Amino acid sequence: MTYITKPKLHHPGLKPNALGLTHRDYEGSVSTLCAGCGHDSISAALIQACYELNIEPHRVAKLSGIGCSSKTPDYLLGQSHGFNSVHGRMPSVLTGANLANRELIYFGISGDGDSASIGLGQFAHAVRRGVDMVYICENNGVYGLTKGQFSATADQGSKSKAGGLNTDSPIDLVGASFVARSFSGDKHQLVPLLKAAITHQGPAILDVISPCVQFNNHAGSTKSYDFVRAHNEAVNRLDFLPARSEITVEHEPGTVAHVTQHDGSVIKLAKLHADYDPHDRVRAMAYLQERHAAGEIVTGLLYVDENADDLHAHLDTVARPLNRLGEKELCPGGAALDAVNASYR
Amino acid sequence: MPQRINAVNDFVVKFANVNGSGSASANELFAKCILRMGVALASRNIFPSNIQGLPTWYEVRVSGEGWLGRRGGVDLMVAMNPQTWDKDVASIDAGGYLLYDSTKPLPPSKFREDVNLIGVPLTDICNRTYSDPRQRQLFKNIIYVGALSALLEIDTDVVEKLLSEQFKKRPELITSNVKAFRLGYDYARENLAGACGLKVQHAGGVGNRIFIAGNDAAGLGAVYGGATVCAWYPITPSTSLAEAFTKHCKKFRVDPEMKKNNFAIVQAEDEIAAIGIVIGAGWNGARSFTATSGPGISLMQEFFGLAYFAEIPAVIFDIQRGGPSTGMPTRTQQSDVLLCAYASHGDTKHVLLFPKDPGESFEMAAHSFDLAERLQTPIFVMMDLDIGMNDWLCEPLKWDDARRYDRGKVMTYEELEAGKNFGRYLDVDGDGIPYRSLPATHPTRGAFFTRGTSRDRYAKYSEEGSVYVDNMQRLLRKFETAKTITPKPILRRAREKTRYGAIYYGSTSPAMDEALAALDAKGMHLDTLRVRAFPFSDEVVDFIHAHDQVFLVEQNRDAQLQKLIVNECGIDPARFISILHYDGTPITARFITSAIAERMNLASRKEAAE
Repeated sequence: MTYITKPKLHHPGLKPNALGLTHRDYEGSVSTLCAGCGHDSISAALIQACYELNIEPHRVAKLSGIGCSSKTPDYLLGQSHGFNSVHGRMPSVLTGANLANRELIYFGISGDGDSASIGLGQFAHAVRRGVDMVYICENNGVYGLTKGQFSATADQGSKSKAGGLNTDSPIDLVGASFVARSFSGDKHQLVPLLKAAITHQGPAILDVISPCVQFNNHAGSTKSYDFVRAHNEAVNRLDFLPARSEITVEHEPGTVAHVTQHDGSVIKLAKLHADYDPHDRVRAMAYLQERHAAGEIVTGLLYVDENADDLHAHLDTVARPLNRLGEKELCPGGAALDAVNASYR
Repeated sequence: MPQRINAVNDFVVKFANVNGSGSASANELFAKCILRMGVALASRNIFPSNIQGLPTWYEVRVSGEGWLGRRGGVDLMVAMNPQTWDKDVASIDAGGYLLYDSTKPLPPSKFREDVNLIGVPLTDICNRTYSDPRQRQLFKNIIYVGALSALLEIDTDVVEKLLSEQFKKRPELITSNVKAFRLGYDYARENLAGACGLKVQHAGGVGNRIFIAGNDAAGLGAVYGGATVCAWYPITPSTSLAEAFTKHCKKFRVDPEMKKNNFAIVQAEDEIAAIGIVIGAGWNGARSFTATSGPGISLMQEFFGLAYFAEIPAVIFDIQRGGPSTGMPTRTQQSDVLLCAYASHGDTKHVLLFPKDPGESFEMAAHSFDLAERLQTPIFVMMDLDIGMNDWLCEPLKWDDARRYDRGKVMTYEELEAGKNFGRYLDVDGDGIPYRSLPATHPTRGAFFTRGTSRDRYAKYSEEGSVYVDNMQRLLRKFETAKTITPKPILRRAREKTRYGAIYYGSTSPAMDEALAALDAKGMHLDTLRVRAFPFSDEVVDFIHAHDQVFLVEQNRDAQLQKLIVNECGIDPARFISILHYDGTPITARFITSAIAERMNLASRKEAAE
C-alpha cells in the first residue's frame, strides 16, 4: 500500500474539532510498516488524542531515534516538524529542542531497542531531568528492522521466531512523573492515556506493548496479540477530561479517583482494584513485579505525580522561548566588556 | 664561584611545587606583580592529572621584549618539591639560580657547581611565626614570593596593592598576607643582597593588555555570540570553558526584571548526550554549543555526521590535549585536526577555526555561532590546553555594538504565508546553503521531516542514486562557500625576498613570532602564513606555490594540518618540511629556531657543494 499517495479528498461528514480541523488534518504520510503493525495503531491513537485535545498540529515537534518505531513520526501530524535522529539518542535531542523552545509539545517516539538497549542511559537521564515530553516506547520486545533479534525488553524464556531462547532478564521502563502502560490493540485505554500524558507537565512515559506481526507474534512470544490479550491485567479504566470541557463526574463512590493536572485537566480513574493507588511509586513498582511474577502484564496509569515540575523549572529559564531571544537579551555589549577587561589586568 | 646570568626583564623562573599545596595563587601573585610593573610575561601551568600530592610546575617567562611563547630553559628555579628535586636542579641553565628551603642541610651532591644557590630557611621562618599547620603551608608560598621580590627588586607597593585588591572582600587576609610577604622580603634583603643577577624594572611593555585564559575568554565569547544552550560533560582541559560560560551567564544573562535565566546549561550524562542536546537545540533555533576534548570528540562522531548531513548548526569547542586514548590529559597538543576535519562515517568535512590566543578565542567563539547558523553545520573551534588553561597576555577584548547576529537562512512566517518556495535542501542561491524552517513557524507550511537518511531537495525520503549525489554535491558547494566567510589566513612577509615559507596555526603563534625574529637576526628569511580556518582558502594554496619549500610547524606527531593541506589542495608533499613538537609541553621558540635553522643551513651547504 505504501506506493499509494493518500487522496486529499475526504468524507464531507467528517466532524471538525474546536479548531475546525478534521481527523485527516492530523494524519501524516502513509505508513511503510507491515500491515497489522501495532505501531500503526499507536499512531492512530496519537492522531485521535491530538484531534480530541484540539492541538494545533504545528505546535508539536515529533522526535525519534532509529528503528521501526522511529519511523512512525512520519505517519502522523504532517504539519509538525519531525526529527529522526540517531539510534538511542532521541532523549538528548529532544532535551535540546525543548530547551530551545519551551512552548511546544514534544513527542518522543521510540521503541524497546532504541529505549532499553542502546538508549537506556539517555532515557533514564531525560526522565531524571524532568524534560516536559510525552515519551512513547512502542514495545514489541524485538528488533524488527534488523529482522527479529531479541531486544532488552524481551522476557526471559521467550522464544524468537528463528527459535532462539532469550535467557536475559527484561528491562522494565518505568520512573517518570507520569508512567503508564498500555496495549496497541486497546484503543479505549490508549487514547485517554495519551491525552492525559500530553497535558501532563514533566516527563510522561508510555510503554505501549505493540506486537511485531512479522517477528514477535508467534507462540512462545510474550508480546504477541494473543499473549497480551490473555494476560492483560488493567489496574484502572481511564477517562480524560480536558481543562476547558465541562466536568461531569459519574458518581461511583469508592471506585473513582480524580487526578487534576497542572493545566486543570482531570484524569478520571475508574478503579478495578480498590487498593491500587497511582500516587504511590513504591507500591506501583511492587505491584508491577508482583503481577509480572504471576505472568500478567499490568496496563493503565501506573504512577502519576500531578505536581511534578520540569527541566525549565529546574533551570529557572525565562518564559519566552530561548530561540526567540535576540541581541538585546543575549549580548552584554561593548561597554560591559570594558569592565570585564579591567578585571583581567 | 659559578658564572652568573645577569638579565633585566628577560628570564625564565620556574616554580616546582606539590599539587594542592596552595602554591598556585602565590605563583599567580608573583606573575601579576611583574605585569603590573609593565613587563610582559607568559605563564604556563604544567600539572599532573591529579588533585593533590603529585608534582606541578609553574613557569614564568619574563620578556621585556614582549615574547609570549615558551622560551625553553630555566634561569631561576624555585625548588619546593623534594620529589622532583634532582630533575628540577638538572634543568637549570648554567649560571642560573636555585632558590630552595635551606632549613635542613642537604649534602653537596644534591647541588650543581655551575648553579648559584639561594637558600632561604622557609620552614624555619614559618615554624617560628605560625603554629597552625595549614597557615604554615599556605604562608610558606607567600614567604618565597616575598624573598623573590627582594631578590628581583620587585616593587613592594605593587605587591601590596595587588594583595589588597585580591582580598578586598576579606580585609583580615590582607594584613596576614602582607605580613608573610614581608617575612620573606626582609629575610632576603638582610641576608641575600646581591645573590641574584636577575632583575625586574618598571617598563611600559604591557599597556592596556589583559591577562586571561582561553577557556575563560571563549566562555565569554559564547555569551557575546548569543549562545543560549550549553550541554557538556566534564573533561580536562575543557571543563573550565563550560564553567566560565556559567559564570559569565550568571553575570550578564539573568533577566533584570523577571530574574529568570536567558540561558540553559545542562551537565549531560556523557559527551554523546551533550552533543545530542546541542543538536536538538540547534535544530529548534537556539544557538548552542558543547566544550570537550579529544576523547569526547571520539564519542560524538555519530552525531557529527547527523549534523553535517541533516544540516544543523552546532558549535564544538575542542580543547585539545595529548592523545591518543586517555593520552596525556593535562598536556597540550594539536592532535585532533584530522579527527575533527573528517569526523563521522561517510563522506564528511567540517569547518574548523584555529584561534591563536585567548583574545582570538573570544572573537572566534562569538563568530562561530554566526558561521554555524549561516552554514547550518557544526563548527569546531580548535583550541588546546595551552591556550585554554593558561593565562595569556593579550589585547583587550573588543565588541562593536553595531554588530548583529547572522541567523542564516530561516524561512519566516511571512515568507511561508506569501507562498515562497520552500525546499529544505534546495539550493536557491547557488551557494549550496538551503533555507531551513523552525518548528511552529506556520500552521500549514514549512513543516518537514529531518533525518539522517538520504532525501530529495524537498526533504522527502529517497534512496535514488541521483538524488543522493545531487545532495552530496550541494554539500560540497556549501563547503566552498565556507571558504569565503571563514577567517582568512594571515600572511607576513620576510624583510627580504625568500624561497622559504612557513605555515603554522593556533597556540604555536607566540613561539613562532619569536623564532622568526631570531632567524631574521641570523639572516634567515621566511615568509609565514598563519592558518585560521579549514576549509583552506586560495591564499593557502597560493602561498605554498610561491615558495620552494614550506615549513609546517605543528604540535602533533603526524603532521596533521600538512596532511589535510596535501589532501584538500592537491599539493605535492615534497614541498613541505615538517617541524613537529609533540611531547605535551608547549612548543618553544628555541625549538622552532634551531629546527628551521638546521634545515636551512643544510640546504645552503648542499647548494654550495653542488
